[in-house]
Amino acid sequence: APWRIGIRTAEPKMAGADGDDSLYPIAVLIDELRNEDVQLRLNSIKKLSTIALALGVERTRTELLPFLTDTIYDEDEVLLALAEQLGNFTMLVGGPEYVHCLLPPLESLATVEETVVRDKAVESLRKISQEHSPVDLEVHFEPLVKRLASGDWFTSRTSACGLFSVCYPRVSSTVKAEIRQHFRTLCSDDTPMVRRAAASKLGEFAKVLELDYVKSDIIPLFTALASDEQDSVRLLAVEACVSIATLLPQEDLETLVMPTLRQAAEDKSWRVRYMVADKFSELQKAVGPEITKNDLVPAFQNLLKDCEAEVRAAAANKVKEFCENLPEDGRETIIMTHILPCVKELVSDTNQHVKSALASVIMGLSTILGKDNTIEHLLPLFLAQLKDECPEVRLNIISNLDCVNEVIGIRQLSQSLLPAIVELAEDAKWRVRLAIIEYMPLLAGQLGVEFFDEKLNSLCMAWLVDHVYAIREAATCNLMKLVEKFGAEWAQNTIVPKVLGMANDPNYLHRMTTLFCINALSEACGQEITTKHMLPVVLKMSNDQVANVRFNVAKCLQKIGPVLDNNALQTEVKPVLEKLAADQDMDVKYFAQEAISVLALA
Amino acid sequence: MSAISASEKVDGFTRKSMRKAQKQKKSQGSSQFRTQSSLVELSPLPQLKDAPSTEQQDLFTQKLQQCCMLFDFMDTVTDLKSKEIKRAALNELVDYVSTNRGVLTEAAYPEIINMISTNIFRTLPPSENPDFDPEEDEPTLEASWPHTQLVYEFLLRFLENPDFQPSMAKRYIDQKFVLQLLELFDSEDPRERDFLKTILHRIYGKFLGLRAFIRKQINNNFLRFIYETDHFNGVAELLEILGSIINGFALPLKAEHKQFLMKVLIPMHTAKSLALFHAQLAYCIVQFLEKDPTLTEPVIRGLLKFWPKTCSQKEVMFLGEIEEILDVIEPTQFKKVQEPLFKQISKCVANPHFQVAERALYFWNNEYILSLIEENIDKVLPIMFGSLYRISKEHWNPTIVALVYNVLKTLMEMNSVLFDELTSSYKAERQSRDREAGQR
Repeated sequence: APWRIGIRTAEPKMAGADGDDSLYPIAVLIDELRNEDVQLRLNSIKKLSTIALALGVERTRTELLPFLTDTIYDEDEVLLALAEQLGNFTMLVGGPEYVHCLLPPLESLATVEETVVRDKAVESLRKISQEHSPVDLEVHFEPLVKRLASGDWFTSRTSACGLFSVCYPRVSSTVKAEIRQHFRTLCSDDTPMVRRAAASKLGEFAKVLELDYVKSDIIPLFTALASDEQDSVRLLAVEACVSIATLLPQEDLETLVMPTLRQAAEDKSWRVRYMVADKFSELQKAVGPEITKNDLVPAFQNLLKDCEAEVRAAAANKVKEFCENLPEDGRETIIMTHILPCVKELVSDTNQHVKSALASVIMGLSTILGKDNTIEHLLPLFLAQLKDECPEVRLNIISNLDCVNEVIGIRQLSQSLLPAIVELAEDAKWRVRLAIIEYMPLLAGQLGVEFFDEKLNSLCMAWLVDHVYAIREAATCNLMKLVEKFGAEWAQNTIVPKVLGMANDPNYLHRMTTLFCINALSEACGQEITTKHMLPVVLKMSNDQVANVRFNVAKCLQKIGPVLDNNALQTEVKPVLEKLAADQDMDVKYFAQEAISVLALA
Repeated sequence: MSAISASEKVDGFTRKSMRKAQKQKKSQGSSQFRTQSSLVELSPLPQLKDAPSTEQQDLFTQKLQQCCMLFDFMDTVTDLKSKEIKRAALNELVDYVSTNRGVLTEAAYPEIINMISTNIFRTLPPSENPDFDPEEDEPTLEASWPHTQLVYEFLLRFLENPDFQPSMAKRYIDQKFVLQLLELFDSEDPRERDFLKTILHRIYGKFLGLRAFIRKQINNNFLRFIYETDHFNGVAELLEILGSIINGFALPLKAEHKQFLMKVLIPMHTAKSLALFHAQLAYCIVQFLEKDPTLTEPVIRGLLKFWPKTCSQKEVMFLGEIEEILDVIEPTQFKKVQEPLFKQISKCVANPHFQVAERALYFWNNEYILSLIEENIDKVLPIMFGSLYRISKEHWNPTIVALVYNVLKTLMEMNSVLFDELTSSYKAERQSRDREAGQR
């Protein structure tokens, strides 16, 4: 069957058979190439370069490659490994002069059914095409491309599509004309798979063509593929549109590209419109500011209002980039009169993916629109999204607060957003709460102690008793950062009493939180507070009835030990650790002993 | 989201079952309603049966045109009156083409096809649930079904009308029509796919000129499914159509058909969603083999090549298919594949997943397979013996052990001399291996 690489036929005359002992390990590897066990064959193929190196360039060319070409019938897994190996074989067959020897096995591999094998074979062919001399390219490589391009089964023709652009720049003009002809034929192949392959390489091929041929050859192909009966082909033409538009001079865009692009933006298939939305920034750059203003703005508005959520979400994702790249004169007007009304509607879209896509970029508009517009027009949208029922939307807004901060300043931001932030601090989704916590040090630094104590302090303390560990952990870390900002005195007055109060909580998880906080705070609070206020509480907790608390006392003492003076260590810490080291619980013992040895109290 | 009460949330998370239930949208709209916003309200036409016969045909055309108006069924409040008028008109149309003779005049064909195309041909919307699990999830149903169903019904009755003339219809039911019909097979609504299946089958039967084209396009759909997208909702339905088409292939089989078998149907076994269409696929394969037994060897070798490595459910399906093939295999063909085939069966029998082992062992309950094994016992027994003997001692599942004992007994009765030889050489080999291991 032509769709497999040959069948096992002639016994090859190979190394090891002629009694050359030095080649014995190689003979084993070669033997394994024919083993029944796929894994062994695979291992052997992966060591193909070793085999080739041992055989030397000549025997690799005359024996190994024909063997590989003719005698391997195999699983796709093995073929994939082979296709990959052959791409790095140039030196092993004797350098660029002989690189064409690699073409026959790769040609067979480029025709198999399995897509990954074929793609890998094409990748390797593209790689070694660069190592061919211009003459070899015409004598060996280009005929291979032609054979593939006119193969019976679709697989070889799809593979051919990926090879035109690598040989085109380095062949004579006659051969160039033939290559263009083959490409044209494949673009109108009656198998949709082949047309898809051709359409996906159209942009790449256009890039290596002379400008005149881009206009005379590529444009008609582009137009035809963009109105193919299959949407899967049409959408690939959108991708090519970016490359083609980049190649053409501005004055030709209107006649050669824009009719097709306009049509694609209004295609009846949502997949094509999705592709246009997805490539919008690239398209915008490729067609330039004038066409953007006249054509892309209305097209973008339509995509933002598309009937399919998929399309709206893809367009919403591009809002910031599109606005950023608008020509500076008139940018603000365009955004305010054309884009913002659509964005406002998307804020209350029925689909959460659309809202969430918008939330991930909408904050970026504030930098473009400036302070006044942001306060007047964008803040209400941010607030609405902050209160969205979907947690992902809220999260996306919170994670981008900093760009708004830069524009309107923290005080303005916090006044408008604070109520929402306070509400989110108690959000049902812990990831949202987590995101808010991570903003606290930033807010604290900019709001100042007074404002913070008044509005946010109680929140920070409430997180310490959250029922999700990740939140309690983040809250602990947050306290440390706050103390670093506001200083030890502030800590002693506002935080430490509350933290220490939790040591008497009936819930052992909360008692442990006290210990975790002390771990985090002792260094920032300094020796005096640690020794006077924290240490007594820790020591008292060594009598806790829950073993987890007791071993965390041991860990805590190990952690705060360096902050304490030697007297406290010897007279207060040591006896407690010794007692814990004799605890009946194994873990308590272990951590107490570890603390004793780390603090050198033994 | 807000519909889920706090008590149903665990740790702020919603349980998977709840999330799934929330996500489950019962119906899907269509991508076609973006341009239609201002609809004219429909006004009812007189009933066809009340019209004088001279005016009936005119009224028929008017009703067809009236039914070209499309409505958005995701919007359940607007256009209720018009929707009802169209539904009634469609019902009448169905009735009219199924009970009357002489209504399919030449002038009616383009009107009929236009009405049908306008209603059913549409871009299918994006899937609400890309990782659709047919065992657990409910399919998304087409929202406009109250109308669409009647349109399909009408198309079917139209094709089945005794006056229907393919020679007249072929100007409208052409390649483009078929292509659009095939695209609809990707619909998530099983009711729609079922109609499409019957309709495409009728078209295949009546339009000889379209047959090769239909086969080729199905082929393309399948190749795309296998090698590109791994997703297509209508595979089972298309295979069902093919099953009956294969039945009618002339002998000797054309190269095109053999190629389809080897390059499309066999690789189709690799699909992730095999369970959804395996019965239909196996039926097609067996149809081919009944037509041309010489295809048995390449088919079995193909299945062995794609034998599942990690998915036990699929392995059970493969074994089922192998049994179906063995049921119709010719003894001469059996000889050609017995070695590689029984090597695989021997592996399956020893599979730690008891369903795989059990399915393979069930082969020995099949009289015809038993007779084939008996005829070739000198080849089959040496391949199977090691596995069977070993798992009779080692398999964790008592049912499997019991089954294996029966199989061993059956095999021993077929050729006790060979059985004894194999037993003693197996034991000798084991002992020497144990000794070697002991020396180390």
